[in-house]
Amino acid sequence: MVLRDCNPVYAVVAGDRYHSAPCRPGLGLAFAPKDYLQGNSYRIIFIHVPTAFLAQSIYIMMASAAVVTLVWRMKLADVFVKAVAPVGLVFTFLSLFTGAVWGKPTWGTWWVWDARLTSMLILLFLYGGAIALDRAINDEKSAARAVAVLVLVGVVNIPIIKYSVEWWNTLHQPATFKLTEKPSMPVEMWVPLLLSVLGLYLLFGWLACLRMKTEIVMREQKTRWVRELVMAGRG
Amino acid sequence: MAFDSFSAFIAMEGHGPYVWACYAVFAVLLVGLMSWSSRHHQAVMASCKRRYQQQESSTSARPKQAATFARVEVSQE
Repeated sequence: MVLRDCNPVYAVVAGDRYHSAPCRPGLGLAFAPKDYLQGNSYRIIFIHVPTAFLAQSIYIMMASAAVVTLVWRMKLADVFVKAVAPVGLVFTFLSLFTGAVWGKPTWGTWWVWDARLTSMLILLFLYGGAIALDRAINDEKSAARAVAVLVLVGVVNIPIIKYSVEWWNTLHQPATFKLTEKPSMPVEMWVPLLLSVLGLYLLFGWLACLRMKTEIVMREQKTRWVRELVMAGRG
Repeated sequence: MAFDSFSAFIAMEGHGPYVWACYAVFAVLLVGLMSWSSRHHQAVMASCKRRYQQQESSTSARPKQAATFARVEVSQE
């Protein structure tokens, strides 16, 4: 059922974004004007901010799914958590990596143990921990519950990341976008940035659908509907 | 374009290595993630199909053998 429901979404999403999403940061890479203070190194923002944004956003989605797993025992919520955790891990790593490379020409250092960077590193470990814990427990139901608890405990890290630049003195600059204010950057900079975030969201949607399908087929391979689907060559 | 020439685009006024390293790692990891996910999906589908086909051939073959065996037994008696 779920697999078939996923298909149209998957087709629509895959059609557009598969080709265009990874190209979106290119808009900022080549066409946006350079920053008056940081020169051209600021162009890293077009991949740094979207990956960091997605890394936290995916974690919040995982935490919501973890609540569903614990309260309503829905298997699909656990499938989601399991399917997207590696995607979140890659995005978190990317934001840390691009941040470090950006830091070298801007701050003069690859890494500092300040609040924003450290809390982001903890997010990376939380993703890694969730994946490792899931693999360490053989029983599907206990693994689901243990991972859900870990993800929920870790959600306390998200507001720490968000407000770390305001609560503590950090090298990291405060948020570029606020919901209540006009962005402080020119249109030529924030439009590509917004498109990058959007493109990465679409890419994430496609990855989540695909990885969830794989997980569902693996879990339900003894059922008749999966058998029919696989034998018909669909999915 | 915000750059005068292609070489200026590559150099980025000295920031080229940083910017291009970031974009390269970004591209490699995302393409890797996409191809890993779709290959894993195809592999899972293929292994399921193989198992179903094995099950089908073994279940369709077994009753026949049993029947033949039984018939031989009966005819010998």
